[in-house]
Amino acid sequence: MTGTNLIYRGSEWDFESLHRAHEAIEEIALGELGLDVYPNQIEVITSEQMLDAYAAIGMPLMYHHWSFGKHFAREELLYRKGARALAYELVINSNPCVSYVMEENTMTMQALVIAHAAFGHNHFFKNNHLFRQWTRADRVLDDLAYAKHYISDCEQRYGLQAVESILDAAHALMGYGVSRYAPKRAATTKDRIAKAESRRQHEQSTYNDLWRTLPNKGKTAATGNEELDNGVANSLSLPEENVLAFLANHAPKLKDWQREILHIVRRMAQYFYPQRQTKMMNEGCATYVHYQIMNRLYDAGRIEEGSMLEFLHMHSAVVTQPRFDDRRFSGMNPYAIGFAMMRDIARICEDPSDEDRQWFPEFAGNGQAMATLRDAWSEYRDESFILQFLSPRLIRDMHLFAVGDESGLPYLAVEAIHDESGYREVRQRLAEQYDMLKHEPEIEVTEADLTGNRRLVLTHRVRGGRLLSKNDCNRTLCHIANLWGYRVRLVEVDSQTGKTLNDYDVVAMP
Amino acid sequence: MHVIDRRQNPNAKSLGNRQRFVRRVKSHIRKAVKEAIRHRKVADLEGSEKISINANDVSEPNFNFESGVGNRNYVLPGNRGYQRGDRIRKPSGGAGGSGASGSPDGDGEDMFVFLLTREEFMDMFFDDLELPNLAKRKLKSMTTTSRVRAGYSVDGAPQRLNLRETMRHSLSRRIALRRPKTSELDALLAELEQAKEQDDEEEIKRLTELVAVTQRRMKRVSYLDTVDLRYNRFETRSKPTTQAVMFCLMDTSASMTEDLKDLAKRFYMLLHLFLTRYYQAVEIVFIRHTYTATEVDEHTFFYGRETGGTVVSSALIEMERIVKERYPVEDWNIYAAQASDGHNFDHDMPQTMSLLEKSILPMCQYYAYIEVGDEPLTSDSVLWKNYESLVARISHFQRAKVSEPADIYPVFHKLFSSDKRQQSQTAAG
Repeated sequence: MTGTNLIYRGSEWDFESLHRAHEAIEEIALGELGLDVYPNQIEVITSEQMLDAYAAIGMPLMYHHWSFGKHFAREELLYRKGARALAYELVINSNPCVSYVMEENTMTMQALVIAHAAFGHNHFFKNNHLFRQWTRADRVLDDLAYAKHYISDCEQRYGLQAVESILDAAHALMGYGVSRYAPKRAATTKDRIAKAESRRQHEQSTYNDLWRTLPNKGKTAATGNEELDNGVANSLSLPEENVLAFLANHAPKLKDWQREILHIVRRMAQYFYPQRQTKMMNEGCATYVHYQIMNRLYDAGRIEEGSMLEFLHMHSAVVTQPRFDDRRFSGMNPYAIGFAMMRDIARICEDPSDEDRQWFPEFAGNGQAMATLRDAWSEYRDESFILQFLSPRLIRDMHLFAVGDESGLPYLAVEAIHDESGYREVRQRLAEQYDMLKHEPEIEVTEADLTGNRRLVLTHRVRGGRLLSKNDCNRTLCHIANLWGYRVRLVEVDSQTGKTLNDYDVVAMP
Repeated sequence: MHVIDRRQNPNAKSLGNRQRFVRRVKSHIRKAVKEAIRHRKVADLEGSEKISINANDVSEPNFNFESGVGNRNYVLPGNRGYQRGDRIRKPSGGAGGSGASGSPDGDGEDMFVFLLTREEFMDMFFDDLELPNLAKRKLKSMTTTSRVRAGYSVDGAPQRLNLRETMRHSLSRRIALRRPKTSELDALLAELEQAKEQDDEEEIKRLTELVAVTQRRMKRVSYLDTVDLRYNRFETRSKPTTQAVMFCLMDTSASMTEDLKDLAKRFYMLLHLFLTRYYQAVEIVFIRHTYTATEVDEHTFFYGRETGGTVVSSALIEMERIVKERYPVEDWNIYAAQASDGHNFDHDMPQTMSLLEKSILPMCQYYAYIEVGDEPLTSDSVLWKNYESLVARISHFQRAKVSEPADIYPVFHKLFSSDKRQQSQTAAG
């Protein structure tokens, strides 16, 4: 090695070496790996700013809420005690793609972060179909700025307390703020602001207190009541799985600004929806990309042996998968299985066994590892990806096995292992494990009476006897009742038998 | 690619969130702070505090499954030889265990530990405490005025002229009007001189004209114009009188053991912290006494050692003298806190009582007596017994007993809580 070709030496970083590293990495990422990325923006931050960003669920601009303060306090304490290290990086799905690097990182870490986040995640964000469908990278920062501004405006106008209680309720329902069908392309944020403002002004200018005393037309026409109700139910298009959107649109008592806050939180939930569905693939993609890039940099003599060792040390810490009976075990490590699957796919492309040819006739031995991977990255989500690409070989390598855990039984039953008869079962089970729909309570708005007693009814379709946690359920329902303004009921119904298992009833606070 | 250095950005981005969080859990924090003080020396208070809050109070609810109920399937890594149909014992006998085994996604939090800053801690600590009867009845409506700077004005007395601002305006005006520099004029004059020497008629004519124009322009753009002038402006603001002085009287006689003195000192430290924190204008006078009394500085008061007999009246006489000398009753709100083990020479008692009643209490806004003692159940001390009659008659005289460090804060709170003051006011009104 001549050493003249090195991007950097030692562990200290400076802005020049960041630029050099980015250039060298870009060459490999775009030229050799064929990645397609948004323009990169790399921001250097301090550890405190990293904590800040953590607390604000990874967003660079965020409205204020006490829960973020709570998260910050916790993260800070853990960090100070040394119980938890900070992530080396944070990346935002936006155009340009913003990656944060910490000033405390060594230069090797910075190179790793650039390869991992600025190219791996960036490529994934730009190409995966879920992200393309669900998020608008060029609008994210605008949306966040709008949300922050709007909410602080509301705080000024209506008081901290009032805004806080709306946000508390909205956050409690964030898991139910997602429409699972591709969203309509809404107008740009600017248009929306203008629209909201003009609506407000119109209401202000046309407000006339006298109108309140006019008799309600619907109520006098007693004969057509039933039809009317049907009409209402139809117009509400029940059942509705997006509880947050439903409340934002139909809760009778909410003010316009309260509806808008619910919509803001709902949009955020929507924004995170693809991330939750592709966590494993996304990390696998980024990890595979950084591994490729760092190795190629080393092979080309652009980083020192010491840097490579440092990198390998960090890399292997990230992709460690403890066994299920290990004290460190805390579920499947998305980095580990993601990375292992990407390597496995590359292996099948380049050097397949007979078994691989039999299982993956479409791409085994096609010699196009990167193209196959890029294709997978853009077209799948975790669940379908595993279903499609998890190979028997990897199941054996990781000693994966499926267990059934029935409440009331003192033991777990081993139901499939890594053998001929078990591969498909294990693969199916693991895919299900990554299917969010199956791991969150399935709750929908099923009835809403807008004219009579105004009761709202939610239904939880219970699968496998998994009931809601009572305390949390009651507290969440209180939030819903406060938004709805009237009595709210939640029925837990067994999805198989149709039997009612539980019935909650909560009244709005006066 | 852009690299942006964000390190210089304001750091406290999460401050707003933090404030909202603190506000939200204020009642819990307050409870925890009071708990914390029980186990801590007053001197340790000046540091940030770790506060534990029950995690339930700050949890955010959402719909989730009851843990350990229902059937689940999952895939695990690292099989070591289990075969299909094998059974694995669950960790801690049956479902819904202690929770120590930890749920796969939960953090297993029972307590939420929160680090308060010193400011926040002290805020909570002294929350709802107040110096009683702060405004002197007679002076209630009286205010003093003070002059504060209030920017600049375009006219004013010459001695208020602010040169820096004036010159700034002059300079910007002259730059805007392109005042020819003197050096330019000098150069022209030099050229003119040269031309004259060479007898170049045309050049002389041209230069003379140029010089004239330049000189005219220079005259037009005055160096200092009246529009440049800026004067310092002052405003008088009125502020209510809150002049107050606090007398801290401590018995350091032989009967006061080190432990008792320590108790008294802790009380005073708390008082000192409280006063210096809330009242900038409050002066504090430290008097310690045995059979004679001396005014001492803060450090000697808290850390000095001294023993001897007990003559309480000596301290009162000293206080009276200092008030006469430095704190005229008409202008000052006077407070006193006396700490003692309750002993006094019998022969001194009549004088003590008459001093208190005739001179000290009438000039005080508030007088607090703290009795420190090892055994609160023994018969009442000399002072406690004699002060009995005062408590009944004089509302701004209060007393309390402290027998161990943990009592200090509650007693302090009792003596200075703003609620109590309101109650006594309403009772009086």
